[in-house]
Amino acid sequence: MALDHQAKRDFKVVGTRVARPDGIDKVTGKAAYGADITAPGMLFGRILRSPHAHARIKSIDVSEAAKAPGVKAVVTSADLASPDDEYYADIRDNCLAREKVLYDGHAVAAVAATSKAAAKAAIRLIKVDYEILPHVTDVDEAMKPDAPVVQEGRALENVPAGMSQNVTSHFEFGHGDLDAGFAKADKIIERTFKTAATHQGYIEPQACMASLGTDGRGEVWCCTQGQYMVRANCAEVLGIEASQLRVISSEIGGGFGGKTTTFIEPVALALSRKSGKPVKIVMTREEVLRATGPTVSTSMDIKIGMTNEGRITAARGELRYQGGAFPCGTVEFGAQAAFAAYDLEAVQTLGWNVMTNRPKEIAYRAPGAPTSIYAVESVVDELCQELGLDPLDVRLLNAARKGTLSAYGPTFNEIGLVATLEAAKAHPHYNAPLGPNQGRGLSCGFWFNFGGNTCVSLNINDDGTIGVVEGNPDIGGSRASISMMAAEELGVPYDKVRTVIADTTSLGFNDVTDGSRVTFAVGLATIKAARAAIQEMCKRVAKIWGIDEDAVLWEDGFAKPSGPNAGTHPPMSLAEIAAIAGNTGGPIAGHHEVNADGAGVSFGVHLVDTEVDPETGATKILRYTIFQDAGKAVHPDYVEGQMQGGAVQGIGWALNEEYIYGEDGRLQNAGFLDYRIPVASDLPSIETVILEIPNPGHPYGVRGVGETPIVPPLAAISNAVSRAAGVRMTELPMSPPRLLKAMSA
Amino acid sequence: MKMIPVETTINGDRTEFLCNSDESLLDVLRDRLGLTGAKEGCGTGDCGACSVTLNGRLVCSCLVLGVEVDGAEVETIEGMADGEMLHPLQRIFIEEAALQCGICTPGILIAAKSLLEKNPDPTDTEVRYWLAGNLCRCTGYDKIIKAVQKAAAEMRAA
Amino acid sequence: MADGQEWVEVEASNFKQLLDELAIKHPGLAPQIKRGVSLSLDGVIYREAWFTEIGPENEIILMPYMVGG
Repeated sequence: MALDHQAKRDFKVVGTRVARPDGIDKVTGKAAYGADITAPGMLFGRILRSPHAHARIKSIDVSEAAKAPGVKAVVTSADLASPDDEYYADIRDNCLAREKVLYDGHAVAAVAATSKAAAKAAIRLIKVDYEILPHVTDVDEAMKPDAPVVQEGRALENVPAGMSQNVTSHFEFGHGDLDAGFAKADKIIERTFKTAATHQGYIEPQACMASLGTDGRGEVWCCTQGQYMVRANCAEVLGIEASQLRVISSEIGGGFGGKTTTFIEPVALALSRKSGKPVKIVMTREEVLRATGPTVSTSMDIKIGMTNEGRITAARGELRYQGGAFPCGTVEFGAQAAFAAYDLEAVQTLGWNVMTNRPKEIAYRAPGAPTSIYAVESVVDELCQELGLDPLDVRLLNAARKGTLSAYGPTFNEIGLVATLEAAKAHPHYNAPLGPNQGRGLSCGFWFNFGGNTCVSLNINDDGTIGVVEGNPDIGGSRASISMMAAEELGVPYDKVRTVIADTTSLGFNDVTDGSRVTFAVGLATIKAARAAIQEMCKRVAKIWGIDEDAVLWEDGFAKPSGPNAGTHPPMSLAEIAAIAGNTGGPIAGHHEVNADGAGVSFGVHLVDTEVDPETGATKILRYTIFQDAGKAVHPDYVEGQMQGGAVQGIGWALNEEYIYGEDGRLQNAGFLDYRIPVASDLPSIETVILEIPNPGHPYGVRGVGETPIVPPLAAISNAVSRAAGVRMTELPMSPPRLLKAMSA
Repeated sequence: MKMIPVETTINGDRTEFLCNSDESLLDVLRDRLGLTGAKEGCGTGDCGACSVTLNGRLVCSCLVLGVEVDGAEVETIEGMADGEMLHPLQRIFIEEAALQCGICTPGILIAAKSLLEKNPDPTDTEVRYWLAGNLCRCTGYDKIIKAVQKAAAEMRAA
Repeated sequence: MADGQEWVEVEASNFKQLLDELAIKHPGLAPQIKRGVSLSLDGVIYREAWFTEIGPENEIILMPYMVGG
């Protein structure tokens, strides 16, 4: 759906800062999240998890547990179905281990009992006979031909023969003649980088309540980024019909990509089916860190050639990503995103996806991109320093623009990179003075964004209010933005529109809330549904006035005659038309179903000042400014919120957060004390500058914004630290002990 | 193990309950008293999502035993508004978009209220250090700090 | 993957025809096509839309199917 050709449209609602509809419930504690509901007769589920990084399950004896006080059901993998599709078989094996446990924390069995205490006591009675196997947790180690093999026969046809079976897929992107390009360079820098795995760190652990009858009809209440995804996964894993399972998404306490898959819902359903009662499972923080989906950890080689004037002549990246104990598909995004900001004649990125004995990775905002862009932006910065060039000027010289052949294939349409770079250059932050041990760094960032399967139903209520029914959990304030777009299109005040998130029985299929897709795709579908409703309302009014349908137009919430030839008829408001809907044919609604394409990419630039303490190696963030292209900011507060929130996650990733595995392959820091995410006192105020280069693929020009902000902080901070402390950190996180070691080397 | 009777006051209401000796106050609030506003984010006192006040002191309810509140006064998020009148902090948090997913919000509001009762005119740094025990993953804290300061100013002027 | 060629030629008037032709002419690509590819048409990405029309003037790039977080 092309951008509306109403030249400079004066938006009345879009672009203002309205109150969100779920605000009061959330500030009073009334809002119901995953763990907040109960049901009569409810049982409590608890999962037994592997203490080994890699082991064969020789036997599981649940007899003692089944007899324990209060226990009503015990399940293992044998209680789940056998999906043919590899994708669902992996999900099933991750929910409850089949022949082997593949990582520390891998679920092995589960019980449902009448109290939390009874369930906790009962799992201790389950006897599992393990044959411990050698394990591997490092990505480079896992690629070696003699590495312990996590799973056999999982490599795709694009992996060359002779590699470890842990290497599951391989990708190559790029264009041009690399050798010729490097030959033209005045300076070439080649570096290797390593990054640790991180976790999305949502404050709400996964929680669900499930009920399933032996007739295959069931219900799940859970915190999720996609109720339709939960339905599909559970149906396959339990061998039931999807449309017999009603999945209701609760309010969600953070997702960031980590709740785009299922861990406990199939287990709760299996326990419920066996016990005949609803079963509630709530993960502990330790379980969340050990056994949900962290990011990949990486090992990357980047080589870039630049002329003395700052023009990049050739660029090459080789990325090795480990995604845990199941094949993952993340390195290809890292490989495609790595050089996306640049207009390059010769570029090549290679990627390998690798398995290790670690939990199965899942998305965290822009999956795969933060790490590869960290590596690329670090090398570009080092070249700038070596050649004595201004880093912003170099970015501008090489920036991708409309018409640039991107490093990942397509030619760019209108994009906002140059605008964000110029805004950064003009901003007072860029030239503010710095003191001793202080340094300034910057980085570009990018995410593709996409649309996806979307259904929206819009009802004109008889009291003149509007009900919008959509199928995407609200993780950033999208209900308000959707209502705003409906209000804008219909010409009614924002507070006349109510947007609700439907369960799986109320709408057709919706893709999960991810890919920064909701404001774009659900917004687009809402606008089209509104237009359909408008068309129906005009039809009704035309009948009342006795004129042709196309002689009625809609303006500012009123049906009006389109010209003097249509006759004199006083305009009819939406409320008036709604009140007599029963007389004119029945209730009025509009709906739209689409697999939306045309999402616009979002570029961002982050500027950061750091101060490094030479005695402790601690890095303090002094000043942080974010520039990002939003296409059209529907609700500026929420766009700013995405920018600030994503940036702070990136700050944590750069400075402190990491998964630490011991020699025994067990996670050492499975809690918020030692998995240290940023707290309020770590940070300064974060300034945001929103640019708007409209996306032609959306009627209002909207681009997704949620994922890009996590990308630039890693390199921006590393670049700032290199100027503050005189050391180039090629390993993340740049925690104080590492930085101190590098400074004293 | 026999359950222990506890008599306490919650949000001004006299409350009696039975609990086991190893249950936390958070467990009691959520599972026995239907007060699910306090959230369990970690169970180890590191995230602050379970913050309540105990005899006027800000605590993590996951680190307090249910039996410890016998004879004490507990304030939770459910007691912050006065009927339909929101506390200025609550109202301003909505106005200033100081919440996104909202899971940390009850804990942060309780903590912020506790701060302003002790220090009605804090600096930004004082607010940030006071709230360092409340993790938020969505907002980056920026709008939270601004909202607390705006509420503080309004409360000082009242 | 198409025997080392970066650019290939097929006859097709929409995305589905393009994928079907490619799988026949270059069987090495068939598994990836089955797993899912997205199409970039003059810079706009179409994730799975089979009936997207393709003309002789269009720039077409195939990419692995995209997800987000």
